[in-house]
Amino acid sequence: MLLAVLSGFILAMFAPSLKHFFGYRAGWLLAILPAAIFVYFLSQYDQVMANKAIFEYHPWIPSIGINLTFYLDGISLLFALLISGIGTFIMIYAGGYLKGHVHLGRFYAFMLMFMASMLGVVLSSNLMALFVFWELTSVTSFLLIGFDHLRKAARRAALQALIVTGFGGLAMLAGFVILSASTGTFEMVDLLQYGNAIKDMDLYFVVLILILLGAFTKSAQFPFHFWLPNAMEAPTPVSAYLHSATMVKAGIYLMMRMYPILGDTVEWSIILGAFGGFTLLAGVFIAIRQTDLKLMLAYTTMASLGLLTMLLGAGGEGAIEGAVLYLLAHSLFKGGLFMVAGTIYHEAGTLDITKLGGLWAKMPITFVAAMLAALSMGGILPLVGFVAKESLYHALISGDPLALILLVVAIIGNAFMFAIGFAVALKPMLGKIGDTPKAAQEGSIMLWLGPLTLGLCGLAAGFGITYLGQSIIHNAISSIGNANAGTNLHLWAGFNTPLMLSLLTMALGAIIYMLFDRMRNFADAVLNWIGWGPDKGFDQFMAGLLYLSQIVTNRLQTGQLRSYLRSTFILLALVIWLPMIAYDAFPTIDFGALTIPTFSEAGILTVAVIGLYAILVARSRLTSIVSLGVVGFAVAMLFMLFGAPDLSYTQFMVETLSVVILALVMTRLHLDKADQKTGLEAVVATVVAVAVGSGLTLLLLKVMETQLDMKLSDFFIKFSATLAHGHNIVNVILVDFRALDTLGEISVVMTTGVVILALINLRPKGQNKAKNKPENASENAPKNAPKTLEESGQ
Amino acid sequence: MEFYLAILVGLIFAASTYMLLSRSVIRLVLGVALLGNAVNLLIFTVGRVTRHIPPIIPLDLQGELTGIANPLPQALILTAIVIGFAIFSFILVLAYRAYESLGTDNSDEMRVAEPKKTELTKLTY
Repeated sequence: MLLAVLSGFILAMFAPSLKHFFGYRAGWLLAILPAAIFVYFLSQYDQVMANKAIFEYHPWIPSIGINLTFYLDGISLLFALLISGIGTFIMIYAGGYLKGHVHLGRFYAFMLMFMASMLGVVLSSNLMALFVFWELTSVTSFLLIGFDHLRKAARRAALQALIVTGFGGLAMLAGFVILSASTGTFEMVDLLQYGNAIKDMDLYFVVLILILLGAFTKSAQFPFHFWLPNAMEAPTPVSAYLHSATMVKAGIYLMMRMYPILGDTVEWSIILGAFGGFTLLAGVFIAIRQTDLKLMLAYTTMASLGLLTMLLGAGGEGAIEGAVLYLLAHSLFKGGLFMVAGTIYHEAGTLDITKLGGLWAKMPITFVAAMLAALSMGGILPLVGFVAKESLYHALISGDPLALILLVVAIIGNAFMFAIGFAVALKPMLGKIGDTPKAAQEGSIMLWLGPLTLGLCGLAAGFGITYLGQSIIHNAISSIGNANAGTNLHLWAGFNTPLMLSLLTMALGAIIYMLFDRMRNFADAVLNWIGWGPDKGFDQFMAGLLYLSQIVTNRLQTGQLRSYLRSTFILLALVIWLPMIAYDAFPTIDFGALTIPTFSEAGILTVAVIGLYAILVARSRLTSIVSLGVVGFAVAMLFMLFGAPDLSYTQFMVETLSVVILALVMTRLHLDKADQKTGLEAVVATVVAVAVGSGLTLLLLKVMETQLDMKLSDFFIKFSATLAHGHNIVNVILVDFRALDTLGEISVVMTTGVVILALINLRPKGQNKAKNKPENASENAPKNAPKTLEESGQ
Repeated sequence: MEFYLAILVGLIFAASTYMLLSRSVIRLVLGVALLGNAVNLLIFTVGRVTRHIPPIIPLDLQGELTGIANPLPQALILTAIVIGFAIFSFILVLAYRAYESLGTDNSDEMRVAEPKKTELTKLTY
């Protein structure tokens, strides 16, 4: 099974070169893979029938329970057959449809990757693997919608689909994580054994919402439906395959899979029933407004997905049976209708239903295919769509009030779909020959093979429904929940209530078909009156997001050093103060026990404080600099008094040098004298400074309440004479025990020296500020250095 | 005595912070110099202070050596002073060069590497 899933990715790598050698005919060649996968899954049928399911394990990240585990049961098998079967004809169709397109090879690569990802979704047992494949379908869908990347509409649609489905995917991931955290497993196989335990847990509702977000965004349920019609920007094979027959069914698949685990609760029924029902009605209502064939089909797809969701919400064996049958029927007829629409566009050059007409004589095979699909969509007798509709009506006449509402919704929805299906299939075909950009003629075999086959499959499935009901359909339904359902399907079940409802639906549908133009104007007027939709909302959301991020960026990244430093210091103050306040960890100061400083110590401390004050308030910079020196000297004196002569010498030297260099540089600058802080800035700076200073004092006092670890110091004191033969312990530490540190220090000083030299000497080309150039710099620097550096800079 | 030193450390930190929040680059440089002093004194204080007796072993030492200043913080600070000086000189020259090239010592006006205030970008796909 691993090979069946991954072969699509492998072949995708070679698709462009195959296209290079065989041109558009590569479609025939590439169709072999999905066909082979189809045959492979068909060959697994007996085993699935016998053992109920096949389980396959490939370790991926076993330590955290993430593995490539595949699980093939009835429902997976049905999906896998649909994906590979329809995929076969789509591959061929794409060759005919995009014949001569420069990027056909790329297109095939994306399609194959999509097919592989989709197979991964429906076969994965491990939830993490399922998530990865799920996101891969989003990504490939993004690539395919944006295939015509030179058009802005296509780019927007691609991004929109990715954002919406990606958002849902992430929500679903969160749901999976909670689910596995509660149950301890990522394996669907294990989850299926849990029964009702999961429905009883506290977080059930959260998990349900999160996972449904994933399913609803993928399966275009209101209010996330808007990406699906926009996705019609993709070439028609993509619309037929991803956005009607397979990918959008991933959400349905997920809900079916989760039905035994999460389903059939009050929350489940209400949410799915409400959103599904509303999506169905909204879908058909918007569909009837459209004049573009593809858009009409897209909105009916949305409606069909709503119908499926609604059925899953209704629950029970009958509804599941109806959902599975409708799923099969829909994939066949909608895939076919999309391909028909594509063929019409390919041959006639337009998709506008008001311009098309009278094509049946010119495109007889396409006409037959369109009729077969429309009959199935309308739910007319020998086709599988009829059985599906009977079955779902049968399920909904159980009598309880919720089901009754859903039944009414289903009848209205189906009536509209009946009308729209025939409008799509008949209007371009019958009537006067329309005024189209191209003179239509029958498409090549590559174009009609797919829709015709799918149409005939729909017909065959209708006649063979009794057999299917006992085999594949039965297996699919029983893997969702009920072991007995589906065995009693017949094409003709006699005169019963569902048949009456069917007739009612057709009658309604026929009326709508008659009044099609009026209905369109009415829907148009209503929707114009509403004006706003989630599609506009998406733009507003994106614009808002962009606006917000720019505001935040401008606020945070002002480009002012001051504001960055201010934030840093405020944070520092908070980091010190907050824990101290929260844990009441202020240092305790015993004022009585304080040693009284000697006269010299007190004097030096006073000098230091005066120096600090002078730095802050000095009118001229020179005073500031000298005051800095005063503070530095005071610190040096403190070092001297407390037994650190080495520090003292160094400090004296460094402070002297600093003051001299600073003063030298200052005389070369012509600066404003006073500090330019405004009143408010000064207040803020003072508050921040006091908070930081006092905080650090308190922290220091608190730290000093703890015992000082003298181990290292004792070691140095003990061994500096005996091991290193030095009597000045500080010196011994620097040059012997920690000599490498000192080497590092010297390297820093040396590097700084080089950098300073370079800074003084290097000038950007063309900037000739000889006047401002400090004389000592040119004197100190080696004569050749600037020149060579400049030369090397070129 | 550590108590008074801790107060002084806090005061130097406060003064340094105040200087660093200025527009003028030269005041920033002064702030950095003060920051170095504050940190050195902080390390010194944490190592506990001892009056007068430097960590030097007398040549005629008999037995255990006690009561000397803690040598470890001193070694650390000695390194820190030198590196601090190197950094100080570096940013001083950097400030000087910035002044030379940009004609200002106001850090707010040094925006060569910052984008100009532009209008907000419109949404496009």
